[in-house]
Amino acid sequence: MPGGQERILRRRINSVQSTKQITRAMELIAATRVVKAMTRANAARPYSTKMTGVIEDLAAGGVGIDDPLLRSSENVSSIGFVVITSDRGLAGAYNSSVIRAAEKEIMAAQTEGKDYKLVLVGKKAADYFRFRNYEVEASFSGMTDTPSYEDARVIATKVRDLFVSEAVDQVILAYQEFVSMGTQRVAVRKFLPLESMQTVASEGGGDADSRALFEFEPSPEGVLSALLPRYVESRLYSALLDASASEHANRQRAMKSATDNAEELITKLSRALNRARQDAITTEIMEIVGGAEALGDGSSEETTEHDNDTQITV
Amino acid sequence: MSLRIELVSPERVVFEGDAELVIARTSDGEIGFQPGHVPFVGNLVSSVVRVALSDGGVQRIAVHSGFVEVSDNHVALLCDVAELAEDIDVERAKASLDNAKNDLASDPSNFNAEAAIHRAEVRLEASAGI
Repeated sequence: MPGGQERILRRRINSVQSTKQITRAMELIAATRVVKAMTRANAARPYSTKMTGVIEDLAAGGVGIDDPLLRSSENVSSIGFVVITSDRGLAGAYNSSVIRAAEKEIMAAQTEGKDYKLVLVGKKAADYFRFRNYEVEASFSGMTDTPSYEDARVIATKVRDLFVSEAVDQVILAYQEFVSMGTQRVAVRKFLPLESMQTVASEGGGDADSRALFEFEPSPEGVLSALLPRYVESRLYSALLDASASEHANRQRAMKSATDNAEELITKLSRALNRARQDAITTEIMEIVGGAEALGDGSSEETTEHDNDTQITV
Repeated sequence: MSLRIELVSPERVVFEGDAELVIARTSDGEIGFQPGHVPFVGNLVSSVVRVALSDGGVQRIAVHSGFVEVSDNHVALLCDVAELAEDIDVERAKASLDNAKNDLASDPSNFNAEAAIHRAEVRLEASAGI
């Protein structure tokens, strides 16, 4: 039946059209979310800058380095991995690239005979590693879209406990770093133990020598022990914010290409539809002409008229 | 000469302004900063920070643990939670004070309730000054 193919094509075009509308909407939503996430990341920056500033002051004050969070052990026998992914998919290669990088590190640790502990952020990572029978120490989800400082604190506390209780000797953080709107890259970084304070201080770029005369209350050590846990929280918080900005940027890109693909598909299908419709019309005319000719035992004039009609219609 | 004050929470800069005097409470007790103060770093405890602004006003801020850093006439307050007096929800603070008191009454060893009472009291103290 000639109308059959047409109907099928029309149905497909409709379905692609509505998919396109959805992906377009998601693209626009993701675009506004990226901007919001970037604003949040910028708003959080003064705190971590100041935090680094205080560490510079402490380093300048010559504080003895004696804190569990600065403990670095020569023999690493167990590594903790913090993997930050999203709760939702449809973000292109966002989740899979982070997970792949983390899994590579885990395998490398295993071949070296080291133990691993997984702290997973986001549903996608939890699903992936649980399904593959990895041992999961803790998983957090439900906040990767717009992480709050409180979320960061909860995760940081867990990570810190693992490290301070010596369940792990090192913590590695895997997430997607937000470089710019167009560039995000997977970052696998050492998270704990913290670099020595001098390293942190020199990263801050401050001129530590000129500010060596600080007074501390209650004591430099007291300030340090209150400061380091917060420093860990703040670093994790900025990683979460980076990850959420990357997630939205990735989703925007993925949805843009999905929209483009849908458009392309619609063009192709419309062409196929037009051709099918034309084919059907031509076939029908041929049938009519053929039928008329078969019937036409009368005058040849009538047939010629029919022929003319046909040409006009086509 | 005046002090440049910045109140920063992990999520954003809460307050910025010029001040003549800042009074905060560290773990060793209350301390006041005036222009020209020596470089100083201290642990803040949950308390009300009072800021005498250059324009004559007084800004009261409820802070819940954090740090204060003073250098070059620059006061930076880094707080886990910081609320300006005018932003405090008095009704909510009162409600949480009552809740925490009830919790503490039923379980005297409940540290969380004790901390909650203190936080609520700090909030109420800060907002009472307006």
